[in-house]
Amino acid sequence: MSDTQPLKEILVQLVDIVKYYPVLGGVFLKEIAAVKAVDGVSLDIRRGETLGLVGESGCGKTTLGRALLRLEEPTAGRIIYNGENILEYDARRMRELRRRIQIIFQDPFSSLNPRKTISHIIGEPLLVHGVKKRSERERRVLDILNIVGLRKDQMRRYPHQFSGGQRQRVGIARALILNPELIVCDEAVSALDVSIQAQVINLLKDLQNEFNLTYLFISHDLSVVEHVSDRVAVMYLGKIVELADSETLYKTPLHPYTQALLSASPIPAPGKKRKRIILTGDVPSPIDPPPGCRFHTRCPKAQAICKEQEPEIRIMGKGHETACHFAAPMEHAA
Amino acid sequence: MMVTMKKTSNAEDRHPFWDQADQLRKNKTAMAGLIIILVFVVCAILAPVLSPHNPIEASLYDQLKPPVWYEAGTSKNLLGTDDLGRDILSRILYGARVSLLVAVVSVGIAFFTGSLLGAISGYFKGFIDNIIMRIMDIILAFPHILLAIVMVAYLGPSLKNAMIAIGVIYIPRFARIVRGSVMEECEKDYVAAARAIGAKDMRIIFNAIFPNCLGPLIVQTTLGFASAILDAAALSFLGLGAQPPTPEWGAMIAMGRSLILRAWWVMTIPGLAILFAVLGFNLFGDGLRDALDPRMRD
Repeated sequence: MSDTQPLKEILVQLVDIVKYYPVLGGVFLKEIAAVKAVDGVSLDIRRGETLGLVGESGCGKTTLGRALLRLEEPTAGRIIYNGENILEYDARRMRELRRRIQIIFQDPFSSLNPRKTISHIIGEPLLVHGVKKRSERERRVLDILNIVGLRKDQMRRYPHQFSGGQRQRVGIARALILNPELIVCDEAVSALDVSIQAQVINLLKDLQNEFNLTYLFISHDLSVVEHVSDRVAVMYLGKIVELADSETLYKTPLHPYTQALLSASPIPAPGKKRKRIILTGDVPSPIDPPPGCRFHTRCPKAQAICKEQEPEIRIMGKGHETACHFAAPMEHAA
Repeated sequence: MMVTMKKTSNAEDRHPFWDQADQLRKNKTAMAGLIIILVFVVCAILAPVLSPHNPIEASLYDQLKPPVWYEAGTSKNLLGTDDLGRDILSRILYGARVSLLVAVVSVGIAFFTGSLLGAISGYFKGFIDNIIMRIMDIILAFPHILLAIVMVAYLGPSLKNAMIAIGVIYIPRFARIVRGSVMEECEKDYVAAARAIGAKDMRIIFNAIFPNCLGPLIVQTTLGFASAILDAAALSFLGLGAQPPTPEWGAMIAMGRSLILRAWWVMTIPGLAILFAVLGFNLFGDGLRDALDPRMRD
């Protein structure tokens, strides 16, 4: 965050991740097009940090998060973890790796099996990874329940007997019980009430400090991401358009898309005026993204070159990268 | 080594099975169904003790006697006799053995094979799914009783082969139901979560997904018992199932069909036996479905 901190060691490196979903059509159901959900994303996740990933719905942020766990198999690219490309791992090694990388899902209602008690749900990862003794599992489930703030007497209950916030705690407990290094939080608080959101976010932060966890925090909520993240990446139509540490990104966004996003998010200061950038039009289809810069169809700064040449990622400052031909700080309204 | 687990009566600290059993016990219709099933099972087991007569012994002097509540009826044959003078009550009691066995065995074959194929089909999708479902389509394409006839004719007419044939022709309906439910459940995040913790495919299918598909499957199973009894009757009627003197409800109906105007009881009483057996299975099945679903509790 601050300049005095040394750069942290890289935990996971995503290199040119691509995920296309085939669109089948015609009489013989041939592949006639592809939905380019993630189209060449490179990202480093450093040990102990929270990397925020923001973007509109449909921009590919969830797909990227799932690709990191190989819940969605990337079409191309590499995921480097401990110097090895985990996309080449076979099923057995992948299972072993799953101890280290876990996920918390967006929807606390569909992510817990309705037929299992929560002690079963939280204990299952242990069972899968060879803790056969029931008493041992129960003991560790109790520990984890205590950590995420659930009561011992709730462990025999079923998911439907809990509120959304409690269910999300169960999801967090399940992700934690294997002592992972990295947790992908896929819109982990988006489905919760604002007051519960704060509780869960604070829980996640406490856990991070206690267990030295690394988070990839995926959200569409800019203020939540600002609050939790050390660095933030902004995605648009399957590509990363800007990446910077949280403070820099929110203070001096350089990409017009980031500027528009930030200007659209509400600020808790009535009376304070700021320039709103209103984006026109819709997000183009990821089946047929615009040529050149993908944002040029809606960009207030677009020039001729934007339609032809795709902007490279440029380094604009310390750890501040953006992909725009005309990246510049926002002009503030008088 | 210390024993850390201890048995307690604490409601929060026991296996979910007991909650389900409690739930089932509280469900009145399920209990009614269970009682009906138990009555039939007891009749089947105790048939030699309960039957007043030998079920296959013909008595030329007692042909087509009506049940006891008619003037012509006697207490010798409480439910009357058929056209060969055999005691219908005794035949019903012995027939329970055959018919329940047919229902349980053939539906059992269909349940296990169909669920397995359907679950694999729905989970792995793609090529395997195509192969399995096309085979199911082929089975479904034939009129099912015709296919059963062909199979029994090939295997040789006997009750055992009739059960196998009925089991096989019922496989597609189970496979399709399970495939559909599995595909639906696969979209839910708890399946992704199971994969994320490193569970193997078979564990995900049978431990995580399958219990969530039980609802429609139990309904299909209870309905299957009914049609299995009827299909077994049809095969018996054609001489491909239970062989003639063997008392079997379906065969009894088939035999009594031509006598419906002269002696309604010959056909109606085994029909009622099938009706109640099927009713028992259905009531119990519904209760079981509710008891197995934790969301239906509280």
